[in-house]
Amino acid sequence: MKMKNYYQKEIETASREEILKIQNEKIVKQVKYVYDNVPYYRNLMDQKGVKPEDIKGVDDIRKLPFLTKDDLREAYPYGLLGTDLKNCVRIQSTSGTTGKRVVAFYTQKDIDMWEECCARAIVAAGGTNEDVVQVCYGYGLFTGGPGLNGGSHKVGCLTLPMSSGNTDRQIQFMMDLNATILCCTPSYAAFIGESLAEKGYKPEDNKLKAGIFGAEPWTEEMRRSIEKSLGIKAYDIYGLTETSGPGVSFECEEQTGMHINEDHFYAEIIDPKTGEVLPEGSKGELVFTSLDKEGFPLLRYRTKDICILSRKPCSCGRTHVKMTKPMGRSDDMMIIRGVNVFPSQIEAVLLKEGYTPNYQIVVDRVNNTDTFDVYVEFHPEQFSDRIADIQAREKDLNGAMRSMLGIGPKIHLVAPKSIVRSEGKAVRVIDKRKLHD
Amino acid sequence: MAITQLSAFLENTPGTLYKAVCAISDAGVNLRALSVADTRDFGILRVIVSDVDKTIAALNEDTVITRTSVIAVRMSDKAGALKEILSVLQKAGINIEYVYAFTANAANSAYVVLRVNDIEEAEAILKENGLDTLNDEDLNTILP
Repeated sequence: MKMKNYYQKEIETASREEILKIQNEKIVKQVKYVYDNVPYYRNLMDQKGVKPEDIKGVDDIRKLPFLTKDDLREAYPYGLLGTDLKNCVRIQSTSGTTGKRVVAFYTQKDIDMWEECCARAIVAAGGTNEDVVQVCYGYGLFTGGPGLNGGSHKVGCLTLPMSSGNTDRQIQFMMDLNATILCCTPSYAAFIGESLAEKGYKPEDNKLKAGIFGAEPWTEEMRRSIEKSLGIKAYDIYGLTETSGPGVSFECEEQTGMHINEDHFYAEIIDPKTGEVLPEGSKGELVFTSLDKEGFPLLRYRTKDICILSRKPCSCGRTHVKMTKPMGRSDDMMIIRGVNVFPSQIEAVLLKEGYTPNYQIVVDRVNNTDTFDVYVEFHPEQFSDRIADIQAREKDLNGAMRSMLGIGPKIHLVAPKSIVRSEGKAVRVIDKRKLHD
Repeated sequence: MAITQLSAFLENTPGTLYKAVCAISDAGVNLRALSVADTRDFGILRVIVSDVDKTIAALNEDTVITRTSVIAVRMSDKAGALKEILSVLQKAGINIEYVYAFTANAANSAYVVLRVNDIEEAEAILKENGLDTLNDEDLNTILP
């Protein structure tokens, strides 16, 4: 058998029975801990008539009440805290772009667990203590930078704590210090790839071998395009501030889904409408229960991410359940003139048709009808000085979108790098209809 | 014997043309002829300049720019001059994609710039009919 790289081989390749045993032991303790320490959740359990002693293993998790982002907002800032603040050492927070800022608390044990999860992801991407890891996720309240930074330390990699932005400096450090693993959002990785090409670098000129990209949705087409432009293998990583941060799940070399760190997080798929737990292989909303957190121990947190779980054996030897890349969000889905549209579908069409994955969707309502505009950055070599050529491109893209979505947006080709990226995270959708409500 | 025209993609928003013209001006390049085609979203700035490489260097940083070969035909500055040129092309079945004109220092002389679907054919036909097309070097002698 081929040598495999694991950060914590014993747990990452444990038998399903062992994993279940660990989860069953942990959940009993965790539910009692939450009931005793988090009045907000104790109330929810009491309202549902569930007592800690009703939870004897993970099969009983479905008896517990859900937590949603609304609960987190209502309980802000301390309502879901699991321990005295004197035991906490850190907070992290979401960007609050949807007006629902989440503040999560961490004890040192929580931080160690989180960083170990990130370390597993780095090792799965081929990382060892000989690697140079360039972290250009934002540092600060955002979990991306601190998470991968901590994971990289645990593996013993030389860590470049770049944070986001300043692409010229990113490229200078990448080339001068021979970075081998790049960690950032996929849209920023694509942007770095474009910038390298503009400076005249070929994919083989850098020393990168792998990239760990997450924090925003991306498609298989985008993965291949990033892999080509940087000359690397691109690995997906998933996580959310509510549970810890990046590293809740991560990809192995098979690139067919992300292994969830099941010794720390129990995953369920539910029907987003009824809340009913769906059998393995069903597509639905992902729900996480933390099994051993202290500072911010959420039980049955609804992520709004739509995906599928699979426990089919993986060629990498890891036994933890795999989740697909989120296929959309229950709240990301737009309904435009009655048609369900996910940004990921738009992106897939753009890459298939040879365009950049840099786009912005603008939805508005004029005279009681939805307008649907997609702004797309073209590649410099796609520029023609004949207006008819540009309009023909726009028309072709409109047709390709229509056959994919069943509804054709008005396409506007715009100059390369003209769509604003904030903190390396592209604003994909502007829905102005909400202003009229 | 075509001449080199530069075309730049500009967003149709206030200030983009000014910014491009500033960059050309700062590079010390003279604009010999200029035309802007516009749509609701974007415009295409087409220029004939005294120094192509300097202009590309000045604009390339944040503008998409491309070289295009176009035909420049000398005509006398009088009624009916353009008609004569277009008539020749029309008879040969050549499609004109866009057109603009400029005048030079020489008295009584104007030039029409054409982008056509078949540049070699168009030039041959014009020559056969005694019409004078310019190349980049000719431009340097007639214009600053």
